[in-house]
Amino acid sequence: MDVFVQQLINGLTLGAIYGLIAIGYTMVFGIIGMVNFAHGDVFMVSTFIALIGFLILTTWLGIASVPLALIVVLLVTMPLTALWGWAIERVAYRPLRGSFRLAPLISAIGVSIFLSNFVQVAQGARNKPTPPMLNGGFTLFERDGYAVTLSYKQCLIMAVTVILLAGFWYLVQRTAFGRAQRACEQDRRMAALLGIDVDRTISLTFVLGAALAAVAGVLYLLYYGVVSFSDGFVPGVKAFTAAVLGGIGSLPGAVLGGLIIGLIETFWSAYFSIEYKDVAAFSILAIVLIFMPSGILGRAEVEKV
Amino acid sequence: MAGTRRDGTVRGSDLAEVLRDAGLYALVTLGLCIPIVSYRTDLSQTSALDLTPRWGLVAGLCAAIFCVRVAQRLILMRRDARRALTPSPRQATEAVDATPNAGQRIPSLALPLFLGAAVALPLVAALASGGLGPARYWIDLGILILTYVMLGWGLNIVVGLAGLLDLGYVAFYAVGAYTYALLATTFGLSFWLCLPLAGLAAGLWGILLGFPVLRLRGDYLAIVTLAFGEIIRLVLINWVDLTGGSAGISSIPRATFFGIPFTAGPNGFAATFGLSFDAMHRNVFLYYLILALALVTNGVTLRLRRLPIGRAWEALREDEIACRSLGINTTTTKLTAFALGAMFGGFAGSFFAVRQGFISPESFNFLESAIILAIVVLGGMGSQIGVAIAAVAMVGGPELLRNLGFLKAVFGEGFDPNEYRLLLFGLAMVAMMVWRPRGLISVRMPSVALKERRAVSGALVREGHG
Repeated sequence: MDVFVQQLINGLTLGAIYGLIAIGYTMVFGIIGMVNFAHGDVFMVSTFIALIGFLILTTWLGIASVPLALIVVLLVTMPLTALWGWAIERVAYRPLRGSFRLAPLISAIGVSIFLSNFVQVAQGARNKPTPPMLNGGFTLFERDGYAVTLSYKQCLIMAVTVILLAGFWYLVQRTAFGRAQRACEQDRRMAALLGIDVDRTISLTFVLGAALAAVAGVLYLLYYGVVSFSDGFVPGVKAFTAAVLGGIGSLPGAVLGGLIIGLIETFWSAYFSIEYKDVAAFSILAIVLIFMPSGILGRAEVEKV
Repeated sequence: MAGTRRDGTVRGSDLAEVLRDAGLYALVTLGLCIPIVSYRTDLSQTSALDLTPRWGLVAGLCAAIFCVRVAQRLILMRRDARRALTPSPRQATEAVDATPNAGQRIPSLALPLFLGAAVALPLVAALASGGLGPARYWIDLGILILTYVMLGWGLNIVVGLAGLLDLGYVAFYAVGAYTYALLATTFGLSFWLCLPLAGLAAGLWGILLGFPVLRLRGDYLAIVTLAFGEIIRLVLINWVDLTGGSAGISSIPRATFFGIPFTAGPNGFAATFGLSFDAMHRNVFLYYLILALALVTNGVTLRLRRLPIGRAWEALREDEIACRSLGINTTTTKLTAFALGAMFGGFAGSFFAVRQGFISPESFNFLESAIILAIVVLGGMGSQIGVAIAAVAMVGGPELLRNLGFLKAVFGEGFDPNEYRLLLFGLAMVAMMVWRPRGLISVRMPSVALKERRAVSGALVREGHG
C-alpha cells in the first residue's frame, strides 16, 4: 500500500510532464492532421535552454533563490522554445501544405534528426547534469520505516501543470484565438472564408505547443537533473502515445492520456521490470493504434472519398 | 512579376525590401541560437558545468543566413524577371505538363555506366592505389554503400511501390543479422544456409507485425512500425540469455567462398585457386556478394512490378479506396509488399553480420531506419536508380567531405564532417520535401502502357498515400 501510494505520486508527476508535451502533439494533429514528429526534440531543445538559463542565473548572476530563478528560466525558455516551434513550422511544414499526405511526416522526421544532431554538435554528446534544486518535501505518512513522501518538486510540477492547463483551457474555450483555432480544426476552408487567418492560427498553435513543451522541459530538468541531446525521442514517443491514447485532437484527452502513460510506466517499473518499461510504453502505443485508434475521448474518424 | 521591372534589373526599393527580409531571417537565427549556440556547456573537473560564451559563432551563423537569404531572393528575382520577359506558351500548361524537365531525365547510358562502375570498382581501386591492400578503404566504402543501396531497394518496395511508410525497417535488418549470428554460433550452420533462413525469418516477422497494423492509415502505420522497431531493439538489449544484451554477439563465423574459407592454409581460397594469399580476397568477395544481393533485390522488384501483384501495389499507393472498390484485397496486397521488403532487409542483415563478425543492438536504432528512409525519399520514392544515387550521395558524401583538406583549413583542425553527417541528413530530408517532394529522380516508367512506354513526371504520381 505504501509503495503503491508512492508510485501513484511518482506516476502522476511523470504523467503531468507527458501531458504537457502531449498537448503539442494533439493540437497540431487536430488543426493540420499531421504527426509533428519533431515535437519531442523541441522539448529536448527547451531542456537545454533551461539548463543554460539556470547556469547563467546561478553561477554568473549569483541568484541563489530557487523560486526566482525558476520563474525567470520559465519566462525565458517559453518564448525561446516558441520561436523554435514557429520557425520549424514556417520552414519545414508550411510549404508542404497541399503536398502528398506523408510529406509533412517525412519532413518532421528530418527536423527531428536535425534538432537532436544540432544540439549534439552545439553542446556535445555527453549527459549534462545540474546540481539538485528544490530538495526536500513533505512526509505524508510513515509505516514500518517506509516513508511516503511528496517532494517539493513533485508539488511544483503538479501545481504548474494544473495552473497552465486551466489557463490553456481558458485560452482555447473563451478567447478569440481559441475560437479561431477550434474553427480551423473543424473546417479550414470554411474558417478562411469567414475571415480567419488560417496560417496565423496554425503558427500560433505551433507556438503554444512549443511553449507548453518548454514548461515540460523546465520541469523535466528540475525533476531529473540531467539532460542529453537524445532525450527528445523517447519522451516524445511516450507523449505521442499519451495523445493517441486520450484521443488525438482532444485536449483533455492528451492530459488524461499523459497521466495514464505516466502511471503505467511507474507501476510497470515498480512491479514488473524496469528494463522493459519502454517496451511497455511502445506496446501500448501499438495496441491503442491497432484496436482503438480514436482513443478514449476522441471522435472516430470517417473516411471520405 | 511584382517587385521587378520588365528589363530584369532590381530597383533600389526592392533591394531595401530584400535586405529587410534577410535581416529578419538573421534576427530569427539569432533568437534560435540563444542560448543553445551562444553558450557551450562543458563538464569541469568538479563535475559541475562550465559555460563558454561563443558569440563569434552566433554572429557568423547569422551573417551566413543573411547572405544566403539575400542571394536566394536576388536569384529568385532575376529568374522571375527573366520569365516575365520571355513568356512561353508552355508556362500556362506547366503545372499539368507530363513530360519531365531536361534536368530530371536520366540518360539511357547512365544505367550501364552505373552498373559498370559498381562491377569494376575493386579492380579500379586496386589498380589506382597499387595493390589490394591499399585499396581496402575504397572497397570497404563500396561495401557500405552497396549495403545501403540494398536496404534502400528493399524499403523501396514498401515505401515507394506500395506507399506504406515504414519507420521500423531496421527491425527486419536486425532480425536477419541475429538469425544468422545465432544459427551460426549455436548450430554452426554455414552462411549459405543461413542466408535464405534469415530472409525467411525476417519475412515471417514482417507478416507477423504487418498483419495487425496494415489496415491503419498512413501516418499511424508509420508510428506503429516505429514502435515495433523500438520494441525489437529493446528486446534485443534486454533478452541477455539469447542475444547477449548490449554486448552483442561476437566471433560470428566469416563468409566462405561457397565452402572454401579465406585463410592462408592449404585448404584456403588462395591456395585452391593458386593465388598468393591476401586478406583482401575476403573483402573483394564480400563486395561482389553484396553487389549480387542488391542486384537480386533490384531484379525481383523490377519483375514484380510487371506482375499483377506489383501493379496492385502501385494502384494501392495511388488510391486505396478505388482499389478496394475494384476488389483488390488491400490487406494481403500490403502484406506481401511488407513481407518482401522485410525479407530483403533480412538478407542485408545477415550480410551485415557476416561482414562485421560482430553485432549489437546499437547498430539497429531508429536513426538507421531514418537514414534508409532518407535514402529512399531522396532517391524519389519508387525510382530504383534514384535510390542507388541517393545511397552513394548520402553514405559516400560524408566520406568525401572528410577527405577535403580545405574544409579543415576553413573550420579548424578538429573539424570532423562525420559529426555533421546526420545534421545534413535531417536538413536534406526537409529540403527534399520542400523543394522536390518527388525526389532527385522524379521520373517514372509506367508499369502498364499503351503502344509506347514513355517516362512520366513524378508529379503525376501520388506516393505514400496509404
